[in-house]
Amino acid sequence: MAEFLEFNDVSKRYGPIRAADHVSLSIRRGEFFSLLGPSGCGKTTLLRILAGFEYPDTGRVLLDGTDITDQPPNKRKVNTIFQNYALFPHLTVRDNIAFGLRIARRPAAEVREEVDRMLAMTQMEEHAHKKPHQISGGQKQRVAIARALINKPEVLLLDEPLAALDLKLRQRMLFELDRIHDQVGITFLYVTHDQGEAMSLSDRIAVMNNGRIEQLGTPAEIYEAPTSSFVAAFIGDTNFFDGTVSETPEPEYCRLRIDGFPDVLCFNDKNKQAGDLVHLSVRPEKFRLSVVKPNVDGRHNLVPGRVEEVIYLGSQTKFLVRVQDYRLSIAQPHSRFLLDEQPIRWEDNVWVWWHADDGYMLDRYSEKDEALKEMPAE
Amino acid sequence: MKRSRIPLYTTIAVLVFFYLPIFVLIIHSFNASRFSGSWEGFSLRWYIRLFTEREIWYALRNTLIVAFSTTVVSMVLGTIAAFALHRFNTRLQRVHYTLIYTPLVVPDILMGISLLLFFVAIGVQLGLFTIFLAHTSFCVSYVAMVVLARLQDFDFSVIEAAQDLGANWWTIAWRVLLPLLAPGIAAGGLLAFTLSIDDFVITFFVTGPGATTLPIQIYSMIKHGSPPLINALSTILLVVTFLIIWTVQHLTEDERTHENA
Repeated sequence: MAEFLEFNDVSKRYGPIRAADHVSLSIRRGEFFSLLGPSGCGKTTLLRILAGFEYPDTGRVLLDGTDITDQPPNKRKVNTIFQNYALFPHLTVRDNIAFGLRIARRPAAEVREEVDRMLAMTQMEEHAHKKPHQISGGQKQRVAIARALINKPEVLLLDEPLAALDLKLRQRMLFELDRIHDQVGITFLYVTHDQGEAMSLSDRIAVMNNGRIEQLGTPAEIYEAPTSSFVAAFIGDTNFFDGTVSETPEPEYCRLRIDGFPDVLCFNDKNKQAGDLVHLSVRPEKFRLSVVKPNVDGRHNLVPGRVEEVIYLGSQTKFLVRVQDYRLSIAQPHSRFLLDEQPIRWEDNVWVWWHADDGYMLDRYSEKDEALKEMPAE
Repeated sequence: MKRSRIPLYTTIAVLVFFYLPIFVLIIHSFNASRFSGSWEGFSLRWYIRLFTEREIWYALRNTLIVAFSTTVVSMVLGTIAAFALHRFNTRLQRVHYTLIYTPLVVPDILMGISLLLFFVAIGVQLGLFTIFLAHTSFCVSYVAMVVLARLQDFDFSVIEAAQDLGANWWTIAWRVLLPLLAPGIAAGGLLAFTLSIDDFVITFFVTGPGATTLPIQIYSMIKHGSPPLINALSTILLVVTFLIIWTVQHLTEDERTHENA
């Protein structure tokens, strides 16, 4: 089956910068799809190519089977929510929302009805007569959404729509966007550099870096099974280990030799063979930590370490634990009232263990992605 | 701490220097005496006389014809020039900018002489039409500069938004660009209007028989010695000019507070 929205080998260069480097991407109908990546990774370029504001150097864009690459923006059945909202300052909220229908010369009665419906959906009825400069950032955001959705686009493009809002409002608007997506059921293409937004809203995410898609998958896939060090470090926090495969005792598992560790058992879904160099990523919350040596089965890896830093974060505590050359970032939730637990303190000798399935071997590894980790400098 | 009084005194001195002559002129326009030297009591006779002077009305008509046509044409050309300057960025644009900017700094007398020589060279009959051309030639620059200033802090994402919502270029121009730039264009137009109304030097060079404008008329009236009449006329001109300038400022200020809010 042909996909609903397709980027086919799309490239775009700005001078020496590859904003899109032979990107191919398929998005399903009705999906909430996110393009996630640091600024300058090319996510906005893809969005602007889809909206029609940029023309790709190579490749085609297909919407519902039709090649729309050569269509001007005003002919495309896609609408955009701009980062700065781009509301018309000379028009009221109502007239802003009505803009699309008015220029399509729809009958006045229909326009009024549709605008009322949009005002109700975005809960902006009482502000309908105001000008954009009289309403707050969050309200502008709603108007921008209503103005785009009233045209019943095939795809709604959202370009960092929450970037200009403060934290609390951003969280409210997240729910709002989710609700609206469920309500209208159209395809959303969401561009953001904020992993939290992307993770909580998306059906699928494409993580982008340097104009290429590093990984495409559901939020859980991307978080739990990153395929490159960039994705592992950009989405959430992680620990990287350099190792060599020493043996493959069973089909699904392999043993890794990592400096300073006893042989580490790791889930081997990549069919690594003895002698292969690998990079292992383990998320901070996958570790367990205790001052007493635990009884763990053969599927776990257990190493002794020494606590170098304790950072209390309320819902959890972050420990930086020295194990030979590695300084592990370990997050532990407080399942019970903190003060009842036997506290782990600075300079305590501790046991660190994790399940073999929680370590993830990376296909691609780049040194500089280490810098993306949230670890404080040593 | 006691603040220095020098700024205050300087301000007063400057204001006196600027406005005292104008103030004296206004006072004298109500003077019943034929001669400025003595005060013979309050009178509106010069204002009344003004309305019976056919030549003044004729000159006023000419001035307004020139001013209105100059304003309209320079608003259109100036806006287009500002757009061209803002939207396209080539080496040629620097030349374009210089060409637009030059009339603002070239001495009037030079403009006047060169325009006169030019009109004579190409054999255009001197008259209202040449005055209109001359005025337009410098008013375009003023309009372009005012509109350009507005374009520079114009948020062009609204253009993309309009396009995104299905508007073609024509619709964007009418429904988005023009309404948003209207205050700037209007301010430029009013500036052009006032410049055209009171231009003397350039007009003096390019005017022809029968094409007397108000400033030229005033000048010739001084030569024929009817100062009180001129006082009255100048007072009226002053009030009109002041009203226009006030409107311009009001328009631009209104927009500024809009954007900051």
